[in-house]
Amino acid sequence: MLRFLVRRVLGAIAVLFAISVLVFLIFNVVPATNPAQRIAGKNATPQLIKNVEKEWGFDKSLPEQYWTQMKLIFTGEVKSYNAHINVDERIVEGIPATASLCIGAAIIWLAFGFLFGYLSAVRSGGWLDRGLTVLALIGISMPVFWLASILLYYFTYKIELFPPSGYEPLSDPGKWFSHLILPWISLAVLFAGFYSRVLRSSMLDVMNEDYVRTARAKGLSQRRVMVKHVLRNSLIPVITLFGLDFGVLIGGGAIVTESLFNIEGVGLFTAEALKQQDFPSIMAVTLFGAFFIVLFNILVDIGYAYLDPRIRLGASAA
Amino acid sequence: MPSESEKSGAETTALEGAVVSPGTGPGGSEFAIVEADSGARQGGGPWAIAWRRLRRNHFALFALGVFLLIVVCCLLAPVWANQVAHTGPNQTHTLEKLHEGGEVKEVVEPSGKAIGPQFFAAGGKFFLGADGHLGRDEMVRLLYGGRSSLFIGIVAAIITTILAVVFGLLSGFYGGWTDTVISRAMDVIWAFPVVLLAIALGIVLAVGGLEIGPIHLKSSSLWIPTLIIGIVYTPYMARPLRGEILAFREKEFIEAAVAQGAGPSRIMFLEILPNLMSTIIVFFTLNIANNMLLEAVLSYLGAGVQPPSSSWGTMISEGFEALYSQPLLTIIPGTAILLTVLSVNVFGDGLRDALDPKSKVRFEARAGSSDPEAIGPV
Repeated sequence: MLRFLVRRVLGAIAVLFAISVLVFLIFNVVPATNPAQRIAGKNATPQLIKNVEKEWGFDKSLPEQYWTQMKLIFTGEVKSYNAHINVDERIVEGIPATASLCIGAAIIWLAFGFLFGYLSAVRSGGWLDRGLTVLALIGISMPVFWLASILLYYFTYKIELFPPSGYEPLSDPGKWFSHLILPWISLAVLFAGFYSRVLRSSMLDVMNEDYVRTARAKGLSQRRVMVKHVLRNSLIPVITLFGLDFGVLIGGGAIVTESLFNIEGVGLFTAEALKQQDFPSIMAVTLFGAFFIVLFNILVDIGYAYLDPRIRLGASAA
Repeated sequence: MPSESEKSGAETTALEGAVVSPGTGPGGSEFAIVEADSGARQGGGPWAIAWRRLRRNHFALFALGVFLLIVVCCLLAPVWANQVAHTGPNQTHTLEKLHEGGEVKEVVEPSGKAIGPQFFAAGGKFFLGADGHLGRDEMVRLLYGGRSSLFIGIVAAIITTILAVVFGLLSGFYGGWTDTVISRAMDVIWAFPVVLLAIALGIVLAVGGLEIGPIHLKSSSLWIPTLIIGIVYTPYMARPLRGEILAFREKEFIEAAVAQGAGPSRIMFLEILPNLMSTIIVFFTLNIANNMLLEAVLSYLGAGVQPPSSSWGTMISEGFEALYSQPLLTIIPGTAILLTVLSVNVFGDGLRDALDPKSKVRFEARAGSSDPEAIGPV
């Protein structure tokens, strides 16, 4: 276990390092415009641009710039080019909103994904299965904008059931909930559809296993066989996906949902940073997001060992 | 005697089935024997069997029909624009008036609200209304936008497939340091939030264009989002392909090819590649759907197709600004994406059932989508 953790943590650090270098190269070697010019403004004199270059360190060599950048991000002193705000603080401020959005959406999509997936597998081939399959495919194919626009238009404008948009802190649970319910639904629909498909096919595979026949032969009830033997052993692909998906979202991946509903979380900050090509913010946000992806990958592997005692952490390939 | 010849006959068929059968892999041989049996009765190889299975899936065929219809409509965009609507996708009609029967309607009211769907009331002009304050013909833009979206979806899928097959073959077949280098590089992209990588590249290139050696792409070129989408999805297809290739490398038919003196390229392209075809076809199809959704996300965030060119993503992004006064401007292009992606997904699902009844590809095909957002939502 310890060896596994050490190896995975070292691997994670290597991946994060590679990602930071990649982002750095994207914004420095594929130069769109001179960052100094962007900071100095449209009508800057050459002298002003020179000063800015000096002040922000753009005249240094690339490795040196990279090093300074990383030092600033990890000491929490990194400033954005545009508004000159502290990027790390801004990300931390966004965490409650992003976490509220992602955790709520995850509960909805897991509940519906499991319910629909379980029902389709148990009734596979029947009309219920077919109906749920169509629903799931529609969910998977739906662009988030489309659903979000319809929800926004209908529920906040036509019948004014929910407040328009924005995020309210949890200190007022009623407001918090009513502001988040539409974003939760928009974000959850695609995942619910996809997870129900994955769980269904995973359960169908497991149902053909010998130990399921044994369990039936022992005289266990259908429900007990399905829940204790089939469902539990079908969880691995779902857990894998959930780890990846949730890691991406919690790290600020819900860029579109957050900007559509104006939820001031990490995703909205990312969208703004990208639009303004604010390199320090993009770098910090990317590392923040990649950290969660890597972290959840490790958690998924630990989850495997818990679900299936046949999997040993030490032996699993990197 | 007859029993023996029968037996050897069945074996040959099964062997052929195992070699060419779509979806041969661990556990695939069982399927090959069963299918070879029915194949012997009805005639035809594994592809014919898959085709028969697909043909029975009316739902999937209907979806293919819908998709082809959408493609044809978008290809005919210039015909509609010139013959019916008499306007271009970027032509503005801010100050024009429409004469319908006795009524005169302004295309864009002074308040900035554009005209709604007219269908054939104005002879096909403004069939779906006009878009916002510029007064461009929504139907014409929808058709031309569909060309961009479909182009990006399909061409990016081709790029992903080629890259994934090449990298998958190289790393799965050669192993050793080739494998290590390629796999580690894939790991990095894997841990990179796909949407973020695509947007970062998209924004940088949308500002500066791309100039690498002989390739010069203008910043407004459709090829920029196409290349980006094609590249960022590559690991999601290359990884599962590599896994399959690793399994094939141990099979007897590869050993037989080596014993015949086949070189690496013959083994890779003539022995292994045909066995990967069913997986590749399924991935390719589902990839088109994912690409179109990612295009919409990129264009929505300003990192994809650049105005004034239209794509369904840019149309949604423009329409969203006027969501409460003219919801149709968001809903129409959104529905176009939904219908296209849905038809591709339904067909891809049917294709997978037909080619790969053991459902091996099932999770992986969308594990790529594990980028939640990429795939669609975000």
